[in-house]
Amino acid sequence: MRMELIQPFINAADAVLAETLNCATHMGDVTMEEEAYRRKGIAAIVVIHGDIEGRVIFDLDPQTAVNVAGALAGAPVSETEAVVRETICELANLVIGNAVTTLNDQGFRFKICPPAIHTDESGMKNSEDTEALVMSFDTASGCVYMNIAMKYNRRRHHEREAAVSM
Amino acid sequence: MEFAALLRSSDRKPVRYLVVDDSVFARKNLAKMIESFGGQLAGEAGDGCTAITEYDRTHPDVVLMDITMPQMEGIEAAERIVRQHPDARIVMVSSVGYQENIVTALQKGARHFVQKPVKPEVLYEVIRYVLGESAVAVETANAGGIQ
Repeated sequence: MRMELIQPFINAADAVLAETLNCATHMGDVTMEEEAYRRKGIAAIVVIHGDIEGRVIFDLDPQTAVNVAGALAGAPVSETEAVVRETICELANLVIGNAVTTLNDQGFRFKICPPAIHTDESGMKNSEDTEALVMSFDTASGCVYMNIAMKYNRRRHHEREAAVSM
Repeated sequence: MEFAALLRSSDRKPVRYLVVDDSVFARKNLAKMIESFGGQLAGEAGDGCTAITEYDRTHPDVVLMDITMPQMEGIEAAERIVRQHPDARIVMVSSVGYQENIVTALQKGARHFVQKPVKPEVLYEVIRYVLGESAVAVETANAGGIQ
């Protein structure tokens, strides 16, 4: 697990949650997982390809999603499946966008797929050489889980190192 | 937080805004901020193509434009709008704020960039800057406020 790749996502999540929910956030348990990821509520996955490869999963229970939706919209919203899905995707976009900004300014180039709702009950397996870091953020709106599995693209990483040493 | 209402210098009417974002929540949030700035929502769009149509229909004073959207992205939509309307004032609003993206947007005709999540006080100052002498800030009894 490369913390230099993970840290921008943690920083972005912390900052985005604090800003959008207008509250202090507290990072809860952090664990490493090699097993398939089992969602806790409604989850969105963002896949990354390029100099860095991997995926980030955001996971909220429906009530937390409704609370977050109200904060994002600036007014209370009712709980519907569409609201919950849109909320998780928007939150994912905000966090990923901010993390991508940091990584891109560090010279990494990669593509981000739009968030997709992860509905599989049986879980999502990590690739064989990638562990996932799972963390939770306790906020006034509820608990937000983030699961990150990220690694260097080996070929591109070697190319970058060769370019730097020239 | 309270803001002095931004009014057009020419007729002292509220500044009119077109909000372009594929997220309903983002549009609602921006609309609420606009209201707190004493502005008026002229139109909304969820993608770049609709943004161009809405610009032609509403002729807003300011466009708040997301970058990553379906069908047509914000930078291309900004370029097309500015090509047709060189005086268009477009502020890009995106969570993706790396240098290349910002420079490209400015080269295509955007006037400024604000990173999401949007802080109302930052957006207010950017809009004031972009409007320049075309707007005046007026303290009113019912000046807008935002939490």
